[in-house]
Amino acid sequence: MEKMHVKMNVNGKEVDLLTEPRTLLIHALREELGITGPHVGCSSSHCGACTVDMNGMSVKSCTVFAAQANGAEITTIEGLGSPDALHVLQEMFKEHHGLQCGYCTPGMITRAYRLLQENPNPTEEEVRFGIAGNLCRCTGYQNIVKAILEAAAKMNEIKESA
Amino acid sequence: MYQTNYVRASSTDDAVAKLDDEAKLLAGGMTLLPTMKQRLASPETLIDLADCGLAGIEDLGDALKIGAMTRHVDVETSEIVAKSIPALAVLAAKIGDRQVRNRGTIGGSIANNDPSACYPSAALALDATIHTNSRDIAADDFFVGMFETALEEDEIITAISFPKPAAAAYAKFPNPASRYAMVGVFVAKGDSVRVTVTGAGEDGVFRHAGLEAALTSSFAPESVEPVTVSGEEMISDMHAASDYRAHLVKEMTRRAVAACGWP
Repeated sequence: MEKMHVKMNVNGKEVDLLTEPRTLLIHALREELGITGPHVGCSSSHCGACTVDMNGMSVKSCTVFAAQANGAEITTIEGLGSPDALHVLQEMFKEHHGLQCGYCTPGMITRAYRLLQENPNPTEEEVRFGIAGNLCRCTGYQNIVKAILEAAAKMNEIKESA
Repeated sequence: MYQTNYVRASSTDDAVAKLDDEAKLLAGGMTLLPTMKQRLASPETLIDLADCGLAGIEDLGDALKIGAMTRHVDVETSEIVAKSIPALAVLAAKIGDRQVRNRGTIGGSIANNDPSACYPSAALALDATIHTNSRDIAADDFFVGMFETALEEDEIITAISFPKPAAAAYAKFPNPASRYAMVGVFVAKGDSVRVTVTGAGEDGVFRHAGLEAALTSSFAPESVEPVTVSGEEMISDMHAASDYRAHLVKEMTRRAVAACGWP
């Protein structure tokens, strides 16, 4: 099959990829752009480890063709924070032990980030409903939920004092 | 992913022109992509309908018209839907998870007619009309069997019109892993009552005559009790035996009627 151009804005940077039509967004990100934050977990749209933000919406990048993302704005965990400047969510996951093996974490935090944009004051139930598409085999979710609720409070504080 | 080609159609006419035996239409892809990964489908070309202008929700007064490419999340969060057929918003909110609802479309769900999908039950219970590029099809004639519809090879759903009911509710017993309906029952009350079941029928979504008759004569949760629901032609699998599904049909009907409120 003939390769095709896919233009995207990934974490604030314009990219122009020449890729096969069958390339999934997760593979374009990881293998062609070297953005390895989003993970391949189940590759069947269940686990959510591949979650990225596409045009302001959480998507499972294992179930979207790169070609479908042509013209889209993509944010991955790399676009949210860096080792020197962690995002509040990353701080809170660290503080509340919201991770053990860490495999689900990039997808979990990228989804949590969008959830808090959609609903800045979620209840515990709304957090659990909102991250239902992200599976964690280690933590039992308790500390993940705590971290997200705490991050919501902190982000609201920052907003108020700004 | 296996080898395939990808093109975007600019209109439904353009999509029809691009269609051939080896091509498949791509809506949200939430079923098609996993199906392709499992090699259950291997289209040579995918024709993406994203740019065909088929998304949107319109209030027609006595009905709601929802464009085929409208995402589940847009039905879930629409004020128009919440005001006129809230049961549809509830149904949409219970599909999969947020990431899936951000991509999956109502047209894709109806066209695929998965025996465990939620939307077919709403279309059939609300006596919806399925609009295609060439005709209008009544829901009663549309859902033919498991993964089978009345659509011709070159026919594309453009929108679905749902007449507004006096009352309606959807009750779903989800598979806890996939959140597909193990049994889902949609109850709609107009001049008569329509009761549709998804997740249970070997031929996909169906209306239950016994439940409809009982609820038409008396619309109350306790009317469900004396009705016989047989598991004979119901799905039996690792998730639930057919008898259990038959039991769930009654229980979900009772819950749906209770959620409607009754006189």
